[in-house]
Amino acid sequence: MDQPLSAGEIVREVKRAGVRFVVALPDRLTSEHLLKPLLSNPDFRVVQVCKEDEGLSICSGLYAGGERSLLLIQYTGLLDSMNALSRIGVEGQNPVCMMVGLLGKEPGLPPAQSKRYGLRIVAPILEVMGIEHHLIESPLDVSKIAPAIERAYAHSMPVALFIGREPR
Amino acid sequence: MMKRDECLKVLARHRKDEVVAAVWKAAHEWIHISPGDLNYTFVGAMGQGASHALGLALARPDKRIIVLDGDGSLLMNLGCLVTIANIAPRNFIHCLCENGIYETNGGVAIPGAGRVSFSGLAREAGYPRVYEFSFLADWERDLGRILNEDGPIFIDLKVEAGEDYPENFRRLYSIEHREAFRRALKNA
Repeated sequence: MDQPLSAGEIVREVKRAGVRFVVALPDRLTSEHLLKPLLSNPDFRVVQVCKEDEGLSICSGLYAGGERSLLLIQYTGLLDSMNALSRIGVEGQNPVCMMVGLLGKEPGLPPAQSKRYGLRIVAPILEVMGIEHHLIESPLDVSKIAPAIERAYAHSMPVALFIGREPR
Repeated sequence: MMKRDECLKVLARHRKDEVVAAVWKAAHEWIHISPGDLNYTFVGAMGQGASHALGLALARPDKRIIVLDGDGSLLMNLGCLVTIANIAPRNFIHCLCENGIYETNGGVAIPGAGRVSFSGLAREAGYPRVYEFSFLADWERDLGRILNEDGPIFIDLKVEAGEDYPENFRRLYSIEHREAFRRALKNA
């Protein structure tokens, strides 16, 4: 559990899933070692957005145009995007793949046991919405990423990949 | 002030193989005025039309993407102007149908109606080409040229309701039509 998450391994998994676009709004947990390197990675095109729900719609347009994408945001932005997620993601059957930083989550503690209210409620909300989600916190968790993205596109449904600690 | 459906009929006459993403009243009208599989109406949440269209434009740089936005909608997602201008897709044309009201939601005026300058917002956000039209003859005269310019382009159409068209939200958000759109765009 104390082994760090590898940002490089996460990026390789995302690429393995056929993602070419990353739609992003900086999150302190993932900015330094995920987003900043992605901005200069020639395998990806990064679209910086001003608001997370905007990003969700861009991912949906990319899907309609035949491209795979990843939405890289913070959990607070996910909470702010509930209408878009329910109407566009779930009801609109758009495979929006969200990599969501759980800023402030205590290391090794499941989000449901966090002292922070927002962190405790985010996964249960997705469960009510019927959205698949995974916690990516240890090196072994990284291998869940590509299959989860593949399932999202196979079933035209959103998925959330919660980043539980800062990738290095 | 122009009748919105008359404006859209002008656009339909100039349309070649452009993808058109439309929201709310403009969408209900557009699917009658210019029917076809390359109409994207599956926006789902108010304010999000231009962002869906940006995704389409990035996925298919070989196709011109026109979004028919509303002023109340754009107010919900003003940041999209900055996002679009920043990534600057050359194939992106942002048409705003500015009527000053929430027409679908009871006809209440939008905040700042008649005072806010949407073309000014777009210009300051960084759109390199910005136009305003209040007269149908001007729109008819200039549209062909504008459609051949590099984007992102912002066009503020000063409109009011014209003829009544049937509302059909089920059609606008139909998954079957969205899948038909995806197939048609793949083959276009």
